[in-house]
Order: sequence, then structure tokens, then C-alpha cells
Amino acid sequence: MSETVSVKLIHAHRDRFAQLTICFVAFLVCAAFVWIVSDLVRGGWAHLSWDFLVDSPRDAGRAGGIGPILVSTALILLIALMAALPLGWMTAALLAEYVSASGGFGYAVRYSLQVLAGVPSIVFGLFGNAFFSIYLGMGFSILSGGLTLACMLLPILVSTAESGLRAVPDAYRLSAAALGMSRATTLFRLLLPAAAPALAAGLLLGIGRAMAETAALLFTSGYVDRMPGSLLDSGRSLAIHIFDLSMNVSGGDAPAHASALVLIVALLLINMVAMWFTIGWQRRRIVSE
Amino acid sequence: MGQDSNAYTLGPMQAGPVCCDPQPLIQVDDFSLRYGAKPALANVTLDIYRGCITALIGPSGCGKTSFLSSINRLTDLIPDCRIAGRIRIDGSDIHDPARNVQALRRQIGMVFQKPTPFPLSIHRNIELPLHEHGITRRADTRAIIEQVLEDVGLWDEVHDRLDASALSLSGGQQQRLCIARALALSPQILLMDEPCSALDPIASGVVEDLISRLRGRYTIVIVTHNLAQARRIANYAAFFWVKGHAGRLVEFGHCRQIFESPVHELTAAYVNGARG
Repeated sequence: MSETVSVKLIHAHRDRFAQLTICFVAFLVCAAFVWIVSDLVRGGWAHLSWDFLVDSPRDAGRAGGIGPILVSTALILLIALMAALPLGWMTAALLAEYVSASGGFGYAVRYSLQVLAGVPSIVFGLFGNAFFSIYLGMGFSILSGGLTLACMLLPILVSTAESGLRAVPDAYRLSAAALGMSRATTLFRLLLPAAAPALAAGLLLGIGRAMAETAALLFTSGYVDRMPGSLLDSGRSLAIHIFDLSMNVSGGDAPAHASALVLIVALLLINMVAMWFTIGWQRRRIVSE
Repeated sequence: MGQDSNAYTLGPMQAGPVCCDPQPLIQVDDFSLRYGAKPALANVTLDIYRGCITALIGPSGCGKTSFLSSINRLTDLIPDCRIAGRIRIDGSDIHDPARNVQALRRQIGMVFQKPTPFPLSIHRNIELPLHEHGITRRADTRAIIEQVLEDVGLWDEVHDRLDASALSLSGGQQQRLCIARALALSPQILLMDEPCSALDPIASGVVEDLISRLRGRYTIVIVTHNLAQARRIANYAAFFWVKGHAGRLVEFGHCRQIFESPVHELTAAYVNGARG
């Protein structure tokens, strides 16, 4: 009798210990996030203002704002998406709809994408510098930075879009075929719209990844912090601006913190939108099952 | 579209000619089908008569659905699916290399076991296939959509919410929408793969009545596990059974004959509930 009671007690203690450990670990994760954000707010909040968002940097970024840097970041992002979206989504459609899942060609494409996904971003930077900047003669430019980023985004875009297309029930494909609809119509009018939430989620993940990228842009879009006049001008992205201020500019800590705060808030917003899309997508799938 | 004079066009629902003078519309000659090395159907030969309802009955896995989807060549979509023998519709071979598969499938509507409305609006569900087949004038598509929704008895229920998602309809309404979508292309033949089995008894009754009303205007081939239903609605019945790992046609005849005086003892055992 007393033995069972003590066994129960031991079990209760173990449960309690496991619970506490898990809570503590979860707390650590949250704490890391809160620490980073509070550090940025403490260091950068005072520096943040409307003028900071629109002014040009002065004195190597110690004074002034980040206006041209926001513009360059947006342009680099735009180029990257314009190049990567059609390529990525068409590749996904090919993999999900046109080649057999076990076939050699599909395997080769998927394997290449996996390798691409694992390549460190600095290697992308070196490749972009060698190929876009030097070989294709684009120099240090927003164009060459955007195209380098596009290569980095491809794996994310392809894998999210492919799994989105695969999640579309086969019943739609069969019904469409039975109605005499061509494969192209089925893909563009039915399957891609049905997978739209997944495409949107992948797009937003890609944007997040591109905005946070530093290494791939160091050797491609360059450092110049003036307002870009054309896509062939060098332009400094927000992430590079932060890197430069904190590594190379003494007394650049406050604007670096403020810039990082702007970047983190933008990324948080984008992630929230992405999450919202993904949840909505899952709900829609449940409804349609 | 080379539709012959016997094809029924859209219009208010009327009973077609009774099938007292059976004319074969689909002629199946020694048809076999296998998936890779696995045979699914062997040596099926039968005629399916114009304007009649032909029920395919038999236990699960005896190749009824494979047979059904061979008629509109939906089996083409399955990798490793190989066929032998011949299926002719109105005398022309459906596997003729010159045959346009999309046109063939337009001529043959299909309704699946689970309702499969597209995740689009009710209106768009019918409009999309119409556009695909070149019917794009707004007035035309509107008229057709109203007509087919009337035909399946859905117009009164949905005419004020055609832009609502088709997924918001009940199961029975979804199935009737799928039938309407098939009818919109004015097919000659309707293939139905257990169209009532995913529905509740009341919705199932509504769809069954609808199928009876389509008799005469369309040639209907229906797979069903519900023998009472087959008996109620079908003119002809074909009984399939698995022999030697492949589905075979055991007996074909008038529905009444199959149920009341089957020739083959397997058929007798199956329709009386002793086997299957």
C-alpha cells in the first residue's frame, strides 16, 4: 500500500520536474527575443523619428536618416521578386503537375534546389559578384544584388508553391479532366488559385529572408548610401547599413539600433501577414475537405 | 462538335423516348485493362443502349469504376494503365489516335462518388468549363447556367446566391451542382460513379429522382452498390465479379431479368445478398 503511494509520489515529482523544465526552456526562448527587442528599443528609440525614415544619412550614417537606404532595400527586393516569382512558381508547377514524383528529371530539379537551399549566403554573394557584377558587367548595382537574392529565394518559393499545389485535392484535377478542360486551364484557373494562400505565404517568407540578407549583397549591390538614380547604381540595403554602422563607424551605435528596430518591425509585420495567410489557408482546406 | 441528330439539346426537361427499341450507343468489344502488371478488367464485351440507364453492379474491386473511367478515357491520367480491346461510341473508336480527348470528354459527362465542386463560386463552377469549350458570350452562359440549375432542381435554392462559394452548399446540393456542371456541356452520355453513396438518405433520394428524370435525354451508366436503387432506376444491369484476379462481366441484361431471373448462379447469389 505505502509502496504504491511512494511510486505515485515519485511519478508526480517527475511530472512536475518535466513541466518546470519545459516551461523554463520556453521562457528562455521568449527572453532572448524580448532581450533583443528591448535592447534595440533602448538604444534606438530616441533616434527614431519621421525625419530619420526619410532623410539621407550624413557623416557616414552617424547623423541624418535612412531614406535612400529604405528605397534601395525596396528596389533590391522588387528586382529579386520579379525575377524569382515567375521562375519559382513555374518550376513548382512543373514539379507538382507535369513530371512524375519518382522520375529522374523531377529528382534532379528537386536535388538541385535542396543544394541551393543549403548554400551559405556569402557563397551566393561571391557567385553574384563573379557572375552578375563582373561577367555580365552589371557592376556593383541594385540589379546585380536583386538577381543574386533571386537565386537565394528560389528554393523557398519553389518548395512552398510545390507543397501548396500538391495539397490541392486530386478530385479537382479529375473533375476538370472529365469536363474536357486542358491541363493548362486546370493549372491556371483552378490549381494555382486554389493554392494561392500557400503561394502568398511563400512569397512573404521569401520577402522576410531577402530583407534580412546581408552577406549576399555585400559584393553585389554594394555600400553606396546615396539615393539610387537607376537600377545600375549601387544601393545600400538596410541590413548592410546596420552592419556598416556597427562594424565600421565609431559612434554609429544609436542609428544602427534605430535601423535595426525599423528592420525588425518590418519583418514582424511581414511574418504576421504570412501567418495570417497560412492559418486562413489551413482553415479553407478544412472547409473544402 | 460533330453531334448527331439524336443528341438532345438543352431545353426544358422532358422525358425522352422510352428505350423499347434499344440502339447501342457505346459498344465495348473484348476490353481489358491493367495497372502495371495488375489486371483490373478482362475481356468485357457489352452494348450500352442509347437513352437508357445501365447500372454496373458487383462487389468492390471488381473493376466497375475502372470500366466507367475507360469510357471517357480518364484512365489515361493514370500512369502505367494499359488497355486492350475496343470501345466505340456511335461507331467510332475512342482510342483512335486522331480522336480529340477533350472533345470526347465534353461529349461524356462524369459525376464522382464524392461531390467535387471547384473551390469557386456556384456560377463560376459551371462557367469555367463552358469558357474552356468556347462558349463565352455572357448571354449564352447565363442562359445555360440557369437552364441546367433548373434541370437539377437547384435554381430555386441558389438563384439569389450564385456568387457564393460552391463549398457552402450542402452535400446533396454540391452533387446536384456537379451534375448541372456536367449537363452544361450538353453531353450525350453521363457516367456516374456511386453518385449517392456519400449523401444522406434524403439528399440521396433527391439525386436519385433527378437521375430518373434524365433518362431518355442522356445515356446514363451508373455504378452503384445500392441494389435497391439499381432496381428502381436502371433499365439494364451489368453484373461484374472478380475471377482470376481480374474483374469480368458475368451477366448483362434487362434490370428486371438480372434481379428476378438471373441466369448465372453468382448473379443470383449476389442480388439475393448471399455473396459479395
